[in-house]
Amino acid sequence: MLGLNKRDFSLLLIVAVLALCAPFILNPFPADSAMAQFNAGYPDLMQRFAIYGIFAIGFNILFGLTGYLSFGHAAFLGVGSYSAVWMFKLLSMNVIPAILLSVVVAGLFSLLIGFISLRRSGIYFSILTLAFAQMSFNLAYSVLTPITNGETGLQLTLDDPRILGVSRTEDGSIPVTNLFGIEMREFTTLNFGNWSFDISAGYYLCAVLMLLSFYIAIRIFRSPFGMMLRAIKSNNTRMTYTGLNARPYALAAFVISGMYAGLAGGLLASMDPLAGAERMQWTASGEVVLMTILGGAGTLIGPVLGAGFIKYFENIFSKINDGVLHSWFSFMPDGIENLMVTLVHPFVGKGWHLTLGLLFMLVVIFLPGGLVEGGQRIARLFRRKKPDDAKKSTQSTPAE
Amino acid sequence: MDAIILQILNGLDKGSAYALIALGLTLIFGTLGVVNFAHGALFMIGAFCAVTLSRILNLSYETIDPNKTDFLGNPAKVKTTYVEDWLGPEMGGAIIDWAVPLAILFSIPVMIAIGFIMERGLIKHFYKRPHADQILVTFGLAIVLQEIIKYFYGANPIPTGAPEVFRGSFDFGVMLGFDPNAIIYPYWRLVYFAFAAVIIGGVFAFLQFTTFGMVVRAGMADRETVQLLGINIDKRFTIMFGIAAAVAGLAGVMYAPINSPNYHMGMDFLVLSFVVVVVGGMGSLPGAVLAGFLLGVLESFASMNEIKSILPGIDQIIIYLVAIIILLTRPRGLMGRKGVMEE
Amino acid sequence: MGILEVKNVNKRFGGLQALGDVNLSVAENSVHAIIGPNGAGKSTLLNCLIGKLIPDTGSVMFQGQSVLGRKPYEINQMGISRVFQTPEIFGDLTVQENMMIPIFAKRDGVFRMHALESSLNEKEIIDQAEAMLEDLNLQDQRHMQSASMSRGNKRRLEIGMCLAQTPKLLLLDEPTAGMARADTNNTIDLLKQIKDERDITIAIIEHDMHVVFSLAERITVLAQGSPLVEDTPENIKGHPKVREAYLGETAA
Repeated sequence: MLGLNKRDFSLLLIVAVLALCAPFILNPFPADSAMAQFNAGYPDLMQRFAIYGIFAIGFNILFGLTGYLSFGHAAFLGVGSYSAVWMFKLLSMNVIPAILLSVVVAGLFSLLIGFISLRRSGIYFSILTLAFAQMSFNLAYSVLTPITNGETGLQLTLDDPRILGVSRTEDGSIPVTNLFGIEMREFTTLNFGNWSFDISAGYYLCAVLMLLSFYIAIRIFRSPFGMMLRAIKSNNTRMTYTGLNARPYALAAFVISGMYAGLAGGLLASMDPLAGAERMQWTASGEVVLMTILGGAGTLIGPVLGAGFIKYFENIFSKINDGVLHSWFSFMPDGIENLMVTLVHPFVGKGWHLTLGLLFMLVVIFLPGGLVEGGQRIARLFRRKKPDDAKKSTQSTPAE
Repeated sequence: MDAIILQILNGLDKGSAYALIALGLTLIFGTLGVVNFAHGALFMIGAFCAVTLSRILNLSYETIDPNKTDFLGNPAKVKTTYVEDWLGPEMGGAIIDWAVPLAILFSIPVMIAIGFIMERGLIKHFYKRPHADQILVTFGLAIVLQEIIKYFYGANPIPTGAPEVFRGSFDFGVMLGFDPNAIIYPYWRLVYFAFAAVIIGGVFAFLQFTTFGMVVRAGMADRETVQLLGINIDKRFTIMFGIAAAVAGLAGVMYAPINSPNYHMGMDFLVLSFVVVVVGGMGSLPGAVLAGFLLGVLESFASMNEIKSILPGIDQIIIYLVAIIILLTRPRGLMGRKGVMEE
Repeated sequence: MGILEVKNVNKRFGGLQALGDVNLSVAENSVHAIIGPNGAGKSTLLNCLIGKLIPDTGSVMFQGQSVLGRKPYEINQMGISRVFQTPEIFGDLTVQENMMIPIFAKRDGVFRMHALESSLNEKEIIDQAEAMLEDLNLQDQRHMQSASMSRGNKRRLEIGMCLAQTPKLLLLDEPTAGMARADTNNTIDLLKQIKDERDITIAIIEHDMHVVFSLAERITVLAQGSPLVEDTPENIKGHPKVREAYLGETAA
C-alpha cells in the first residue's frame, strides 16, 4: 500500500491515527482535575510535537542512516523561519508560499554547507557544521540585522508591504497566518462532561505535514538510496571499492534533512510569525541530536518518539514549581516532605535542562539505541518466556 | 604600528584562554583518543572556583557599631569578614583582595579531583565507543555541569575582581617608545598572558623532561606500541586527564576578572577552542597553542573599526571562517600529524 | 599486451623505497600471483593499482587506459574489483542487501538518486542477488546481518560482491589470511570455480604457497620492492633465486 510493505504501512497508519486523534489522546484528564497539568492536548504544545517531530525525522535521515553527526542543523531551521516570516511580510499571510520558500531556502543553504562540510568526515564534519551554524548565528545577530532584525527577532509589523493582502486588518491589527482563509490560531473547544478538547487548525496542518514527512522518510529508508546511505555508515571503504561515490549520496541526505529542518522552521513561523537567531544556536542543534538519539537513531519511529518525549517533559517539568512539589509530597511528614521537595527541586521547573542532560547521558551510556531499543528489549523479555521462537531471531548463530 | 601592537596585545588574553583550553583538549584527545565536549565546562568550573573562594573569604558577621549611624540616625550595622577578624584587618583585607590568585591553589586539587572522577567514572567506558558517542556523552555531561553551576550560582554573571594592584591600566606604549596614550593596556591582561605562558611552558617542560611525560608522548604517538611495552599507560592517561582538567580550570580561575563568570561561558569557549584544536591540528600540542594565540589575535584585528567598516561582521565570524578554510585546504591543520583522526 | 600493464612504477615513503621500477604484465583471463616476503611491497603495489596510492613515477594501464589519478570508485567502475585482507563487507546490512549494492552499482553507476523507489520492488535486482547467493551457497543466511557470519562466509560474500559487478580484473589481497584450513580450501575451490566459469582475470597476493600453487598460472616474485622473477609455478618452484629469497625463508 502506497509503495510500503505491510509492516511499514501499519506503522504509518498507527502514527496517522495517533496524530489525528492527538487532541483527544493527549487530554486524558478532566480539565479541572488535579491531573490536568499532565495534559498535553493544547494546540501550542501539540504543534511543537509535530514540528520537532519533522525536524528530528529529517535529522535522522542524515545521522541515523549515514552516521554523519551534524551539530549545525538548527541553522537550517532558523533560515526556514526567517524565510517564512519574510514571505508573510512581503507576499501574503497564506502559509503555503511561506512554507515552500522556507523549504527551498533551507535546501539551498544546506546544499552549500553540505558541499563544503562533507569534504571531511567524522569529527571534522561535526566541527565544520558546528562552525557554519555558529557563523550563521553570529551573522544573524550582527551584520544581517537588516534581514534578521538582530536580537529582537524578525516580527510582523503594521506596515509590512504585503503584495497579496493587507498591511493591517480593518480593526488596525496585524493579520494572522492562514491557510486559504483558515486561520492557523483558530481552534474549537469541544466539551464532553468534564473533559475539554481543543481542535486546532494549526495543529492539523502540522500533523498532516508531519505525516507526509514521515511517509517520505519511510520511503527513503526502504529505497535503494536509503540502503546506500546505510552502506556508507556501515563501511565506506567497501562502498568506494564497489564503484560508488559516497559523497553525493551523503550530500543528498544532508540536503534532504536540511529541507526537513527548513520545513520545521517554516511551520514554527507559520504558527507564530516571528523568528529569532536563538533558534540557530548550537544548543538548538544539540537538542535535535538529543531527540533523535533518545528516540533511537536509525529507526523510523524513534525520532518522532524522541521529539514528543522531550517536548512533553520540557513542558511538564517546566511547569512544576515548589508549590506543586509540596502538594505531591504532602502525604509525608513535614520534614521528609521538605527534604523531598529540596531533592527534586533542582530537576524541575527551571532545572529541566539538568534533567535533560542527565537523561541524555544515561541514554548514550546504557541505551545507545534509544527508546526503540528499550522497547525491543522489553518485548524480547516477554517473548523469551515463550519457548518456541528463540532461534529465529536476528541473532542467529553462524552456520559454520 | 602602535595600532597593530595594540590589537596583538588585545588578542593575547583571549588567545591565552583558547590556547590553554585547546591544550587540554589536545592532551585528552592525543592520549585518550577521546573528544571531550565537556572541556569548556571545566574552564567554567575553574572560573567558579575563583567565585567560590572569593565568597568564602567574604563570609562575614554583622555587629552594631555604636559610633556610626546610618542615614536614618540608627546605629549602623557593620559587616566584618571572618578572615579579617582572625588575621587582622590588614592581612585579612589583603587575602580577600587576592582571592582570585589564591583560588589557583584552591582550584588545582578540585580540578584534578573532578578530572579523575570524570575519567574513571565516565570517559573510561567510552574509549572503545565511536567518536560520535564520545561527543554525545560529553555533550550531555557539559549540560549537566553547566546546569549544576547555574543552580547554585544563578544565571547572572558574577563580577569577580582582580587584586587592587592589578586593577586599572598602564601606558604600555610609552614603555615601547610610542606616544603616550597610544597603547593603554590593563594590568590583569598582562598577568593573564604571563600566567598562561608559564602554564603552557610548564606542561611542555613536564612532557619533555620527565619520564612520565616521555611515556605519555610515546603513547600519543602510538598507543598500541606503548601498551606492548607493558607500561601501564591507562593509569598515566588518567593522570593526564586530571592535568588537562587542571589546566582548563586554571585558565578559568584567572579569566574570572576579565570576564565575569557565568554558567554558559564554558560552552562559548568550548566551541571556539574546538575550532582552535582543529586549526592547530588534531593531536598537536604546539599546534593547539599556536592556533590559540593566532586566532585570538586575528579575532582582535577583525574587531578593529577600520576592518569592520570594510567587512562588516567579520569579527563575529573570522575564527570560523579561518577554520573552514584551514580544514578544507589543510585537513590536518597547521601542525597536525599524519594519521590522526583520518579515515 | 596484458589486461593490466604496470611500467616502471616507483613509490617512496620518506626514505623508504617501497617500490622500485616495478614492471608487471597480467595476461587476460589468467590467474597471476604476486608473492614475496613481508615488506616486499605487495600491498603498496596493490594500493597503487586501485587508486589508494599514487605512484611517484611510472604508469599503470588497465585495458589500455591509465588508472593513475582516477578516484578509487572510478577505477572500480572501469572493471577492477578488490578483495581485502580482512573482509570488507557492509556489516550492518543483511547478506542479501550486501549483495544488492554491487548490483545497483553495476546498473546505476557511481551515483543515482533513487530515494523514492522501493528496493522491495526491484525484482530483477533481488533475483540477481539471490542467484549469486545461491552460487555462493549463502542463500540460507540471506536475511542475517552479515557481521554475524563466520569469517569464511564473509570472505565468500565479499568475493561474491566483487563478482556481482562482473569485473574484468579481480584483485585479491591475501584472501585466506587468518583462515582455518577448511575455509582456505573452500576459498580455493570457489576461486577455481570462478576461474573456470567466468571471463575474468585474477591477480592474487598471497603468503600461503598452497593457495598460490593451486591457483596461479603465472607468478611474480617481489623482493625489496622490485620484481625478482616472473615465471610459471613449475619454474618458480625450482628457481634458485626464489628459494633463496623467499621459499628458503619459509622452509627454514
